[in-house]
Amino acid sequence: MSDIYLNEKFIGTVKDPIGFVNNVKTERRNGKIPKELNIYYDDKSDEVYIDTSKGRARRPLIIVENGVSKLTSEIKQGLEEGKITWGDLIERNIVEYLDAAEEENSYVALNEEELTKEHTHLEIIPSAILGITTALVPYANYSQTPRLNRGSKTQKQAIGIYTSNYLVRMDTDVNILHYPQTPLVRSYMHDISDYDKHPAGQNIVIALMSYEGYNMQDSIIINKASIERGLARSTFFRPYSSEELRYSGGLIDEIGVPDKDVKGYKSEHSYRNLEEDGIVSPEMRVEEEDVVIGKTSPPRFLGELEEFSIAANIRRESSSVVKHGERGVVDMITLSENEEGNKLVQVRIRDQRIPEVGDKFASRHGQKGVIGAIVPETDLPFTASGVIPDIIFSPHSIPSRMTISHLIEILAGKVGSLSGRYINGTAFESESEEDLRKELLSLGFRDDGTEKMYNGITGEEFKVTIFVGNIYYLKLRHMVANKLHARASGRIQLLTRQPIEGRSKGGGLRLGEMEKDCFVAHGASLLLKERFDSDKTILHICESCGMLAVVDSHKNKRFCPKCGNNVDISAVELSYAFKLLLDELKAMCVYPSLKLKSKYD
Amino acid sequence: MIEEFRGKINGMLLDEFEKEANAMKLTKAQREKALKLLEKRYKEYKINPGEAIGVITAESFGEPGTQMTLNIFHFAGVSELNVTLGLPRLIEIFDARKEVSTPIMEVYLKKPYNTDIKAVKKVAAMIKETKLRELAHEFLINIIKKQIEVVLNKGNMRNLGITEKFLFDALAVKLKKVKIRKASNGNVVLKPDLEEVSLKDVYKLKEKAKETFIKGIEGISQVLPIKQGNEFVILTTGSNLKDTLKLEQVDETRTISNSLFEIASILGIEAAREAIVYEAKKVITEQGLDVDTRHILFISDLMTATGRVKGVTRSGITGEKESVLARATFETPLKHITGAALAGEEDLLNSVVENVLLNQPVPLGTGLPGLVASMKKNE
Ligand SMILES: [Zn+2]
Repeated sequence: MSDIYLNEKFIGTVKDPIGFVNNVKTERRNGKIPKELNIYYDDKSDEVYIDTSKGRARRPLIIVENGVSKLTSEIKQGLEEGKITWGDLIERNIVEYLDAAEEENSYVALNEEELTKEHTHLEIIPSAILGITTALVPYANYSQTPRLNRGSKTQKQAIGIYTSNYLVRMDTDVNILHYPQTPLVRSYMHDISDYDKHPAGQNIVIALMSYEGYNMQDSIIINKASIERGLARSTFFRPYSSEELRYSGGLIDEIGVPDKDVKGYKSEHSYRNLEEDGIVSPEMRVEEEDVVIGKTSPPRFLGELEEFSIAANIRRESSSVVKHGERGVVDMITLSENEEGNKLVQVRIRDQRIPEVGDKFASRHGQKGVIGAIVPETDLPFTASGVIPDIIFSPHSIPSRMTISHLIEILAGKVGSLSGRYINGTAFESESEEDLRKELLSLGFRDDGTEKMYNGITGEEFKVTIFVGNIYYLKLRHMVANKLHARASGRIQLLTRQPIEGRSKGGGLRLGEMEKDCFVAHGASLLLKERFDSDKTILHICESCGMLAVVDSHKNKRFCPKCGNNVDISAVELSYAFKLLLDELKAMCVYPSLKLKSKYD
Repeated sequence: MIEEFRGKINGMLLDEFEKEANAMKLTKAQREKALKLLEKRYKEYKINPGEAIGVITAESFGEPGTQMTLNIFHFAGVSELNVTLGLPRLIEIFDARKEVSTPIMEVYLKKPYNTDIKAVKKVAAMIKETKLRELAHEFLINIIKKQIEVVLNKGNMRNLGITEKFLFDALAVKLKKVKIRKASNGNVVLKPDLEEVSLKDVYKLKEKAKETFIKGIEGISQVLPIKQGNEFVILTTGSNLKDTLKLEQVDETRTISNSLFEIASILGIEAAREAIVYEAKKVITEQGLDVDTRHILFISDLMTATGRVKGVTRSGITGEKESVLARATFETPLKHITGAALAGEEDLLNSVVENVLLNQPVPLGTGLPGLVASMKKNE
């Protein structure tokens, strides 16, 4: 007897589970049971699972009966003529949707040619086994799966045009590529997903070679002239918003240029860009810490005593300030109301991002790297026909990763750009490498994609031929301009007196536990101490009880609250964090006594 | 001449040198030259005072650990026998876990037995643990009579060399408070020897009977003879060194287990130390990585220095650190601090972590030497 579960709930048992499952499937195809139901028999635990719940991922497959696909040529013709729709296919039991569980009981063929009697289903097209972004990788079946994963992950980080009305939107953290192109080497998914309407990369000329040691590991060399022509140039948008909040007691925020007597008034310089209404004017250049929306808020708490004091009734400064480390030009300003009817001001800042050393780029095959050098066009190698590559990519990135698809795309891209057509690189159904090579040969190039190249600096011919071609390259969101950070001194935490964290707040760079180990391993003891000196303090310790003593330099009094005046009190230098630990131990009723000893005894 | 160098060079090294020099028949001048070179090299290779060998050893395992592949199972020749390897195994070794996730023995055999495959197979059958379930076709429950009828698999019994008498004797020893008899159709009948037998008792007995140990060495669930060089070695799943070494065919000088605690209790702490080195090296070389042997030796020395195998954990060698603050920063600070408060412990701040905590120079490297100056006494 096998147990049956409907949506994870036990509903009964059945004697012949396989016959039962087949019965249900037949009835579903006959239309007596909803097509949204999926059934699965687990022979290991001898249980039948029926699932009708929402939120399951289901995918369509062509039904196969006795080794023959139900999608006959007749129906295919009907589809092409538009007589048959997708709905008809489902209605007529040619295509059905399976969930992950029912797929376990099915035997799905990738191609129609390999169908046998045992097969129950057929893929609609072979690359339907891939997801949307993975299907965007051309020649995907030539690379390892982990590379495809990385390839689709980097495509999600690529800068492109995510929507065509970006100019009138106020999205956070937006990057727009200036001259996006549609890829030369494409898959069926580019057409399905309307990739041409929101492309996210550019077709560039790539050469696989090393260049003066500036493209070690995964770094790339980029052509300065290409950048000046607008390659990989993008704009970064960041909106700032501020609203006039209403508080209890009729108090309200005020958007406007703050008066000088406002609490927390910055400096006249910070407010220089504001117009009379307290908002910056459009197309104004703003730097970090500049005010873009001036605002004052009512005083926060009114204590009983303070209610009548004039000092406490001063309004607070609460302007919106350009983020630390950012700059740009005021792009757009909107004035509106929010749901509660409060005045809402939004200011969008735009900043042009020209590729610089350290910006991250990637191909669609999980081959990502940062710019190692920007080289003038005159110093770059050139081919016999005078083509100078936009990007020089290190050949060492290929063997260990085995991204053959990357290489084939370069070859296909070259054919595509020379013959002026798009190349179909859909996984499993792509144009064959052999055909591409033949076509390249007929176009007057070497069939392996390599070319004679000349040293751009000396003009000498290279002893080897270099693999050059075209590839679709993506500029990723991670740019140094957003990451560059250094600090000499700055704000500290109140509790530990150690530097605060985070780039946006001008925080410190943490020398963590493992970095500490590195210093220790090198025996750099005093350097380590100096690195951790950020919170050092002088503590006065009573030598008789080992607890903190009081030293009042105003009244010139030194005493221990416990032992009195007649004790030795010595000053020691410690980290403030340790003092905090001592305090916490005392709060736990542990008595941490410090026993002092002269360093020189 | 060698005596001049005693005290300057390790004595063991000198003894070895003497042996080698005698064998090579070196002249006096050659010996002197060689000894001077040896002294120079010996000094060069010595670790400097204040070198942070602990951290260097830890990072020497830590960094390669990040590169280890996730394929943690290695198949020893045949897919039936798999071994945990890679990072999980390394953690298991250094944590000195009592229970090994895949216990394994390499059983070497003595001279006449180790080359003849028939003899090897016979020994393998002797080692392998046999349970009643392997000798039975099925276990039937007779609800009316409240007893179990075991239908025996005669073929299996013959293959494993188990006679009916042997089976009944074994059952009588292992199954207490059970009436055992032979039915007329050859089945074995088991009935709980209780005054009132409930059906639940019968069910319990059925599960117990299935797992009843009949023959072999307890804990050895699989045996696999493989050819190594020109002799056969038996690999086993499960480990029971004590009983295996008792067998006369087994070569007790070479047979090993991968369970550190078993080795420590049967063969002693030096063997366990050697086993740590062997097992750790095996993991590292299998992953294609390279860690200097001296790091492994150092860590295995530390783990066995007390005479018992101790892991690099808070209950092992880390927990034996002298400094309260160092222990508290590692794991379970509350436990260590309350313990120290109750015992009135003192922290002498002699090591690294506690000095980092107080922002004092750590007594290592440049922080170790102190300045000694002799002051002129004022008249
Ligand atoms: Zn005191």
